[in-house]
This record gives sequence, C-alpha cells and structure tokens, in this order.
Amino acid sequence: MNSTSHNFKDNARAALGDKQLQDALGNLKGGLVAQRARARDALPEFEDLRDVARDIKNHTLANLDLYMEAYEKKATEAGAVVHFAPTADDARAIILEICQQAGARIVTKGKSMVSEEISLNHHLEDAGLEVVETDLGEYLVQIRHETPSHIIAPAIHLTQAQVEADFRRLHTHLPKERVLVEPAQLVNEARQILREKFQRADVGITGANFLIAETGSSVIVTNEGNGDLTQSLAKTHIVLASIEKLVPTLEDVSTIIRLLARSATGQEISTYTTFSTGGRRPTDPDGPVNYHVVILDNGRSDLLATEFREVLRCIRCGACMNHCPVYNAVGGHAYGWVYPGPIGSVLTPGLIGVKAAGHLPNASTFCGRCEQVCPMKIPLPKLMRHWREAEFQQKDNSAGFRAGLGLWSYFARRPKLYHLAAKIGIPMLGALGRRRGRFAWLPLTSGWTKHRDMPAPQGRTFQKLWAEHKAGAQR
Amino acid sequence: MSSSLPRPRVGLFVTCLVDLYRPSVGFAAVKLIEASGCQVDVPETQTCCGQPAYNSGDRLSTIEIAKTTIAAFEKFDFVVAPSGSCAGMLKKHYPSLLKDDKAWGPRATALATKVHELINFLVDVRKMTAVEARFDGTATYHDSCSGLRELGVKDQPRQLLASVKGLTLTEMEDNEVCCGFGGTFSVKYGDVSNAMVEKKTHNIAAVKPDLLLAGDLGCLLNMAGKLKRQGSTIAVRHVAEILAQETSDPALGDGS
Repeated sequence: MNSTSHNFKDNARAALGDKQLQDALGNLKGGLVAQRARARDALPEFEDLRDVARDIKNHTLANLDLYMEAYEKKATEAGAVVHFAPTADDARAIILEICQQAGARIVTKGKSMVSEEISLNHHLEDAGLEVVETDLGEYLVQIRHETPSHIIAPAIHLTQAQVEADFRRLHTHLPKERVLVEPAQLVNEARQILREKFQRADVGITGANFLIAETGSSVIVTNEGNGDLTQSLAKTHIVLASIEKLVPTLEDVSTIIRLLARSATGQEISTYTTFSTGGRRPTDPDGPVNYHVVILDNGRSDLLATEFREVLRCIRCGACMNHCPVYNAVGGHAYGWVYPGPIGSVLTPGLIGVKAAGHLPNASTFCGRCEQVCPMKIPLPKLMRHWREAEFQQKDNSAGFRAGLGLWSYFARRPKLYHLAAKIGIPMLGALGRRRGRFAWLPLTSGWTKHRDMPAPQGRTFQKLWAEHKAGAQR
Repeated sequence: MSSSLPRPRVGLFVTCLVDLYRPSVGFAAVKLIEASGCQVDVPETQTCCGQPAYNSGDRLSTIEIAKTTIAAFEKFDFVVAPSGSCAGMLKKHYPSLLKDDKAWGPRATALATKVHELINFLVDVRKMTAVEARFDGTATYHDSCSGLRELGVKDQPRQLLASVKGLTLTEMEDNEVCCGFGGTFSVKYGDVSNAMVEKKTHNIAAVKPDLLLAGDLGCLLNMAGKLKRQGSTIAVRHVAEILAQETSDPALGDGS
C-alpha cells in the first residue's frame, strides 16, 4: 500500500474538519472503550494474564526460527502447502499463482490487514480476478474504494447514513423503495449479496490470528462467520499470515485468546474461533481441497534483532487506537498507511522506514494510555521515543527544530547561564503579559497561539525569589 | 512525626516551568513540604529534567542533563517535584537512560528511590491527611498523564482537597484522558493538540466549576490557554496553590 504518512499534518487537518468522520469517531468512547473496561473488570486475572501472554510471545520471538520449522513440519504433515514470502512482491506472486493454478475467477476474502499491507486486492484484480471482501466493514471500505481506518473495525470512519447511500448507489438490482433504516436491514442486504459470492468463489483467502507450531494449525477469530464461509466453501483456502503470528502450543492460544476479544470488543470470546489444520481429509464432509499458508516477512525479521522486537508481540486487538486521544481526534486514515494508532506509529516506521513515517512516532503526547491497555504489554511510548532517537541520529528533523533544541539544551546543561538568561528574559515576558495575564500571539509558537492563548509568567523566576527569600531569612 | 527526630532534608526539584512561569507553585510546594515535617532546600544547579531533549530523540543531551540533576540532588533524603511528569522523568527514565553506565547507573537508581511527586510525597510518604486551607467554591481536577500512569497519582490529591474548607470537588467526564499538551507536541501538532484540549475544556465547562486544578504546569498552561481563548471565567491553578492557600497571585492566564 502506498503511504501518505509523510503528510500526517495535512491528513490530520482534513480529518479534523470532516464533520461526518468526527461524528463517526464520537462513537468509539461509549462503544469499544467502555466494553473493554467492563470485560477487564469482570476477569480478576486479567492483569496477570497480560504478563503470561507477554512472556509467551517473548519466548516465541526469541526462538522464532525453531518454532517456524516445527510449524512448517506439522502443517505439511497435515496436508498444508507452506510458502515463505520474504517481501510483499513475493507474497503477491505466490498467491496469484495459486489462484491461477486453481483456475479461479472469483476470490472471496476474510478480513486480513496483512493483505492490505501487500495491496493484494489490486494485484489480483489487475490479473482479471474478481475479489470480494466478505467482512462487512471490509466490504463497505471496498465498495467505496477506501482502505480500513481501524484494524478491527475497518469502516469505523463511516456513519450509517453513508452506508445506506452506498448500498442504494450500488445494489441497483434491489427494489428502490426497500427500507434501510435499521443496522440489521443493512447487514441483511450485505449478507444477501455476499452469500451468492461465497457460493461461487473458487478461492477463499483469510488472514490468521495465530499459527500453532505444535499442531500446524491456523486460527481465525471473527464475529460474522464470514471467515468460515470464505475458508470452507471455496475449493482452495489460502491463509496469509505474517511471521509474528506464530505461537508454540494450543495452550498458548487458549491463554492469549482470553485477552484478545476482551481487549478488542469487550467480548469474552469472539463469536467464531476456527482452527484449520490442513485441507479436507477423506472422511470430512466438507472443507477446502487445497490448503495453502503464505507466511510473510516484509521487514519484520529485521526488527527481531532490534529494540523494536517487542512490537512483534502485537495480536492486533486495536485497544491502543481505541484509547488513543490522537486516534480519537483524527481517525485512522490520517496515519497514512495500513496500521493506524499507536501500534502503527511504532510498526510503520519499522516496515516502510522512519524517513517516510517519521511523523507518526512524533504525533503522540506520550500519555501512556496505549501501553496501559495493551494486552501484550508493548511499551508503545518507549518504542515511539526510540524512533525519535533514530530520526534525530539520522538528522531527519527540520534544521530549525534541531537548532532550537540545540540552543535550549546548551542552556539546560549549564545551570549558571540558564538562570542568568531566565532572570533576564522572564521579567520582560512577565511585564508584557501582566495586565491581560496572557498572550494571544508569541514568536515561534504559532502552533500554540493559533488555537490558544499563552498564559503570561508571573514575572520573576523561582530561583531569584528563593535566593532573596533565603537572604531575607538569614538577616 | 516526632519533633525530636531530625527533619528529613528534601531537595525541591522546582521544574523549569514553575521556575520560569509560576514561582508561586514553588513556594506553595515549600510550604506544604515544610508542613509535613521536612526541611527544604533548592539546589541552584538544577535546570530542567531534560524531557524536551528526551522526547525529541536527543539522548546524549538528555544524559548530560540527567547527570547534572543527579549530582545536584543525590545528597538529599528525598527529592520532590510539583509535577508528575518531571518526577516521572527522574524516577522512571533516568535509571533506564543510564543503565549501561557503570558509574552513573547506580547513582541514577539510588536517586530514583528518593524521588516523589509532591502530593504523592505528602500523602504516601509523609502520611499527611489534611491541610490548613480554605477555598470557597467548586473545583474539578484533571489527572495529568505521567503522574497518573507512571506514578499512580490519583487519590492523593483528592484526599487532601477533601480537607480544604469550603471546597467541593466535582469530577468531570474523562478526567484521565490527555489534555493534548505533550510538550513540543502542542506546537508541532497544534491542530491535533487543539482538538484534544477542546474536548477537555468541553468536559471541564460541563461541570461548571469555579476552579480547574491539576498537578502539572504544562497541562495547566494548555488548558488555561484554551479556556481563556474561549472566554471562560474558570480560574486555573496548580493543586499545590490551593492546598497551601497561596492564591495571592492571579490564576493562570488571568490579568492583574
């Protein structure tokens, strides 16, 4: 996917001025945030589970090569064909080839952010395939030629009125006078359209929430059942997963799953949790004949040896963005690439480079709410700061910013000079602002004063007053 | 607190914002710390905790500033700052910044054990349960992020505010959500920062308080700046000013 992360400021400004988007974002707080809080409070061991889950993933990542080999062996024994794709190009080529070998015309898809990462739909469509997203949110995004704005709620940026308008625009074979007021009516209409695609699909592509080394299985968790229809009705099922989806055992999945839905939607567990181990066996009544697993690296193994390894613990629950005040203000598209919110601010520079995505780790107040809710205890603010350090070392910040920071730190490292400068500067500022108590404009702070006044200082420094106070006390 | 014991020596980490912007908060802090049975000193060799450099990715400058701060404060029994953000920097981030430095790592860790945010120090360390202060009116309290999430400052200020005569505390919605300050973030991403502080001032105004309080001057400057731009008459003060009844100076952003 092409990135507009370098335009974050403009993207954000446009998002802030988009009334419909702002209305849609207003639903986050009462929805996913409140639901997660309830689920967390209802599970006494929730916080302990976070430690256990973190340790499981840390252990896996430290031994990823071994578990990957074990997974491949088990999956192959169960009848899977496992493909390793170092890059997005490789993954696209592998998947297209499987589709072509299957003689596919229609491809259905379950929800997969990795497929967004490699722009899979465009690639398959360019080769003449019809690609149908079957997750409701993904379907909405697809028919609007947009991208997901949230990793678990891809169409969270849309209002119900927009969805109705799109359905009337596109589903022209349905009666004009039909009623589309209730969400259930919209869902039913989408279901009707998608059922027909499921039945005609030649290939079904899904992501995976987990790959299990012990059994060679892939796991998807969904709420709509679309993933199950995608993977079991078509003759060929392709799983597309990135390397960090691997966990050692079934038991590990059972542990992490207890956190996943609670963190994501506040459910105890998703409506559907489906384990796939190989394709259809001779005794099975249904299921895909061919079962392929495409495992994507795309820059992740480079992160393994760095301080950013921790980001690979992510299980894509979306809690960090639901709780992020920046995400809540601007929505997901402003981030400009696949993964929005705090997880995107750490992962995106890792996958497309800090030069292209430098804004993202900077556009944070380090309020720490993301780390507080992350089920895998990823220290997101710390990792964002590491990106800022990488940016600073590569001198990617603007010259003006570096000069200002350099001047400030020159004084901050020299207490005598610092206090002297403060003693001279502050009374001037204080005198200027005393009557009104604030400034509507100050040099170099237009980002602040465009929207806010700057309260005026009291006019003398504490250090000066304290010195006088002590001298007075000694007399 | 037996008066026969020597009073613990507290080094006040003034914070750059209090030093430059609002010395009255520093004097309020001194008054409160002394009332808790300690003696206070203010080393002249302090400047800033280093967060502007730290959060801009300038690790080397931050380490230099951290060393200056450690050297200035390690002789005290306690180090107290009227800011959760700066106290968090000294307590949580200095040790991790210097962990690979054989000489300074242990010094940073030793200092960290003595560092406290002001209200947290008064309540949790000095077991203060009430203050001698009066404010007639209603107040609402914003939980600043670092104090709340790094240091667990939540109930302590409310406990002491409950002892202020005449004061009624009314909680606003989302008092734990960031106000949008974030240091340089507020200038670099001014539009996003503004959207965040707008939500905050909306929640503040909704409970119609006479007074907005918080424990960090950065957040207070941001919220006061927005409230005043909106023409609000809500007074904005650091919580220490109310607890110490140091209110002779105008509130933040109000003229004299």
